[in-house]
Amino acid sequence: MSPTIAPTAPRDSIWAHARYVLAGNPVTLFALCLFLAYALMALLGPMIAPFDPMASDTTRALQAPTWRHWFGTDQLGRDILSRVIVATRVDLGIALASVVLVFAAGGLAGLAAGFFGGWVDAVVGRIADTIMAFPLFVLAMGIVAALGNTIPNIVLATAIINFPLYARVARAETLTRRQAGFVDAARLSGHRDGALLLGQVLPNIMPIMVVQMSLTMGYAILNAAGLSFIGLGVRPPTAEWGIMVAEGASFIVSGEWWIALFPGATLMLAVFCFNLLGDGLRDIVDPRRRT
Amino acid sequence: MRQVLLRLAAALPTLCGVVVVTFLLTRVLPGDTATYFAGPTASAEAIEQIRRELGLDLPLPEQFWRYVVALTKGDLGMSLTTGQPVRAEIATRLPASAELTLCALVLAIAIAMPLGVLAAVRQGSLIDHACRVLTTAGVSLPVFFTGLLLVYVFYFVLGWMPAPLGRLDAFATAPPQVSGFYLIDTLLAGDTETFRAAAAQIVLPATTLALFALAPIARITRASMLAVLGSEFIRTARASGLSGPTVVITYALRNALLPVVTVLGMVFSFLLGANVLVEKVFAWPGIGSYAVEALIASDFAPVQGFVLTMAVLYVLLNLGIDLLNRAIDPRARHGA
Repeated sequence: MSPTIAPTAPRDSIWAHARYVLAGNPVTLFALCLFLAYALMALLGPMIAPFDPMASDTTRALQAPTWRHWFGTDQLGRDILSRVIVATRVDLGIALASVVLVFAAGGLAGLAAGFFGGWVDAVVGRIADTIMAFPLFVLAMGIVAALGNTIPNIVLATAIINFPLYARVARAETLTRRQAGFVDAARLSGHRDGALLLGQVLPNIMPIMVVQMSLTMGYAILNAAGLSFIGLGVRPPTAEWGIMVAEGASFIVSGEWWIALFPGATLMLAVFCFNLLGDGLRDIVDPRRRT
Repeated sequence: MRQVLLRLAAALPTLCGVVVVTFLLTRVLPGDTATYFAGPTASAEAIEQIRRELGLDLPLPEQFWRYVVALTKGDLGMSLTTGQPVRAEIATRLPASAELTLCALVLAIAIAMPLGVLAAVRQGSLIDHACRVLTTAGVSLPVFFTGLLLVYVFYFVLGWMPAPLGRLDAFATAPPQVSGFYLIDTLLAGDTETFRAAAAQIVLPATTLALFALAPIARITRASMLAVLGSEFIRTARASGLSGPTVVITYALRNALLPVVTVLGMVFSFLLGANVLVEKVFAWPGIGSYAVEALIASDFAPVQGFVLTMAVLYVLLNLGIDLLNRAIDPRARHGA
């Protein structure tokens, strides 16, 4: 038996399985391609933008889309396509940071609540209930207004409003595994609670949590863009989809549609992409919940 | 009846939590509230005086006690920019928001439930696929963006709708206030002209909100109908020779309604949040746009009052949904 071949076998089968699933599900494949496009825009950003996103040129202000400016120019003559591309990193960055934060905080809290029960469960449940008692976007507004109008606070607010969701999913998934044979076996072989939680239970609830992350990415993007639309968070000269739509809003009644349309459509497509991707991932990971 | 009272009592801890959080939002978090209130040019003595006036030099529990006492008197503080008590402003603006939200909800239910039922009855058909696309697309819509698109198409291009400038155009006068809902008050006053004007103004914002709320309702209706339609009593009903519509409407839909009513709680959370954005797009004079104006002016009392009002409303709505659930489900009534 050769030790170098054995580990690669399961990985091959995972890829084969993914290929099999994607072949039967073109929508997920489409979402995956879209996701890669967004990831490229976020990573390369300024490198692939045709113009400087900040350079204003008032002689070219409010021009409809042309071959030179595919998405037109805004009221200061800035190239909208470049701004939309550069904004990708800001929007996806905020959403990703908040999702990672809530994944760590909510996931661990839910894990502990499900595993230990008792007062830990009660405290986590009470916190989640209190957050859920607010309309979530309104709570996010309140948090950002109180903490101060900065990007880290937007990230924090978005993480807080998603906390109950993560804590509940992690708790429910942990509960069904707490008494599982493999956990008992690990306990009997001398693992402590912490090692059991992180070494045995966590890896098993990971797939469901990753699906959750993909599903909430879309919501996090919407939330961040909504906050900047009403003037919270990212501030004007910065290129960000929500702000760009807000800037275009005053021009829509006079017919300059392109200022709001392109950033808005890009935002919508990004959210759509993450929702489709999340649904697709869930079908792969947990076929029972397919609707 | 006793159970209803118990459920009412169970909402109390949630309300307490809401009050504590709204209090903490201003007092404990970093940033000095007095400096904030005094403005950037204030002297040290002025800040100190404001601190005393606001009671910020007192220990935290006492501040909280004062806040609660003020709340029981209905005092939400004063707005710095308008100089008006926050409670009065919120009270005059609340009907506008409520009218918009309710119209949107009714519209969303009227479209989403038949759609979900049809999609479940004809599973795998064109309408089923349309329903799936709509539910995924619907939750992806940034409301502020769809609102602007609707304004562009129906106001600028087609000219069918009035400009997005509030509840009534400049030529109409507001009806005498009875319920605060223009659509009802104008009819009560027998003023069909103004009714038509008010209706024309509310169509676009209500549609924008409804598009957003459609998705979860249609999705859960479809899923819950599918589950019910697969159950044995439906098979029995069909085998007994009952007609298709009777089985679907009387037997299946009534039983599928429970999860739909439950999901309305989540829909309300979305709607109340999205309301803020839609009010900004359509210059709708509701409490959402009040809060946004206050936010921009760094005027904290209105924002706090707004967050508290919304949260209390939401807790009460959830309570109502719970009681509704009891009314339509005998099992919940008997504590099963």
